[in-house]
Amino acid sequence: MSPTKSQTEQEKYGRHRPVTDRDAHEINRIEELSYDLKVHEVMIANVITTTSDVPISSALELLRINRISGLPVVDNGILAGVISLEDIVRAMQKNELGKSVSEYMSTQIMTVNSYDSVVEAIKTFSEKRLGRLPVIDQSKKLVGIITKGDITRGILLAVERDYKEEEVRRYRASHLFEDIISDRTTLVLRYNIKVGDFTHGGNASSHIKRALLRLGADQQLARRCGIAAYEAEMNLIIHTTHGGILKLEVEPHRINIITTDDGPGIPDIQMAQQPGYSTASDKVREMGFGAGMGLVNIKRCVDSIELESTVGKGTKLTMRIAVSSETLNSKRD
Amino acid sequence: MNMNLREIISISEGEVLTPELSTDVNIHGGYCADLMSDVLAYSRPRAVLITGLTNPQVVRTAQMADFRAIIFVRGKKPQVETLEIAFQENIPLISSPLGMFELSGRLHDAGLKSYEGNVAD
Repeated sequence: MSPTKSQTEQEKYGRHRPVTDRDAHEINRIEELSYDLKVHEVMIANVITTTSDVPISSALELLRINRISGLPVVDNGILAGVISLEDIVRAMQKNELGKSVSEYMSTQIMTVNSYDSVVEAIKTFSEKRLGRLPVIDQSKKLVGIITKGDITRGILLAVERDYKEEEVRRYRASHLFEDIISDRTTLVLRYNIKVGDFTHGGNASSHIKRALLRLGADQQLARRCGIAAYEAEMNLIIHTTHGGILKLEVEPHRINIITTDDGPGIPDIQMAQQPGYSTASDKVREMGFGAGMGLVNIKRCVDSIELESTVGKGTKLTMRIAVSSETLNSKRD
Repeated sequence: MNMNLREIISISEGEVLTPELSTDVNIHGGYCADLMSDVLAYSRPRAVLITGLTNPQVVRTAQMADFRAIIFVRGKKPQVETLEIAFQENIPLISSPLGMFELSGRLHDAGLKSYEGNVAD
């Protein structure tokens, strides 16, 4: 942001500029990252420490040599306290630099766990107004120290890494459709779905969703396709005679999800598409399905559906989703 | 207001059923239903799912709809297949002794937003 722009914005809004959608998106992303990022990933692991039985004067010497303002006091690996310049000044006033560290160190210390997310550390920093926090592991052993600066650095690195990973994924996806030259390239994934296999119900859709994300689809597109595929997969499990096939076709500008089966077929296609119409058994209903909303849900997720069925022969359901070039395997602005 | 899953666990007096998974999760809102089709149709991503059903399909549904955790009400415990999928898909499971209304009310009071919405949003 240029200085002139920030001046005018400050004049316009006072100290606080309203948060735009774009800001909110960035804030969200950083907030997410600070949950993903664990304390042990950003802390300083090699901590200079002292023990409680040494004289305060030697602790002071350590502070002076290393140009730091506080030292964790560790006895047998366990954090016993912290001695800071402030504590040492108190000892100096009483002329007691020869006494042991244990007599002047603070024992009421806030710590953070190494396996916690940095959000926990940020919270403690802002609540207690501290400069640094000792990091302990599950057995209360001191494993590092963390400052606000470490967190900022860690988050910046994570943002960069996150961005690079996305770039790589998108690069791979664009390879698939750009480097392989044909008049029309289609990636086809096929899954055999067994009738009545409720335990594995949704596995295929789960793979489909993951594949789309790898191909560079955004979360919302992957979610829509995943939900449509899942409803269709459950239909094969619940309603068919021998199961069927769930197929995903990906092209640069569209996605088709298709299910086919060999029976029993739907006698009244219009009736089957009525919200709430269902022929599902009680067992299926007990599992939270069979409310007659499957096809209705699918329609809301995709751009168009086509349902063909012949009694005694089978059913084919085609779901089509148009993909804007910005959404799948393309460069972001 | 977003809420850490740990805070949600404590409000729901919940027992964590998947100790292998981190409970340090940023939850954006809450949604409850026993009808999986409703979950697929009317929930928004990044929420916690509150339900009375415990079969494996609940976890699959949660995964498809981008939920970040599931709470089973009235102290229900899921079958082993449900736990396996949850572990695979990294979705923490929690069992709360509270009923669905009571639990939802407490979370709402604590500031957790309702995450109902249209699938196309």
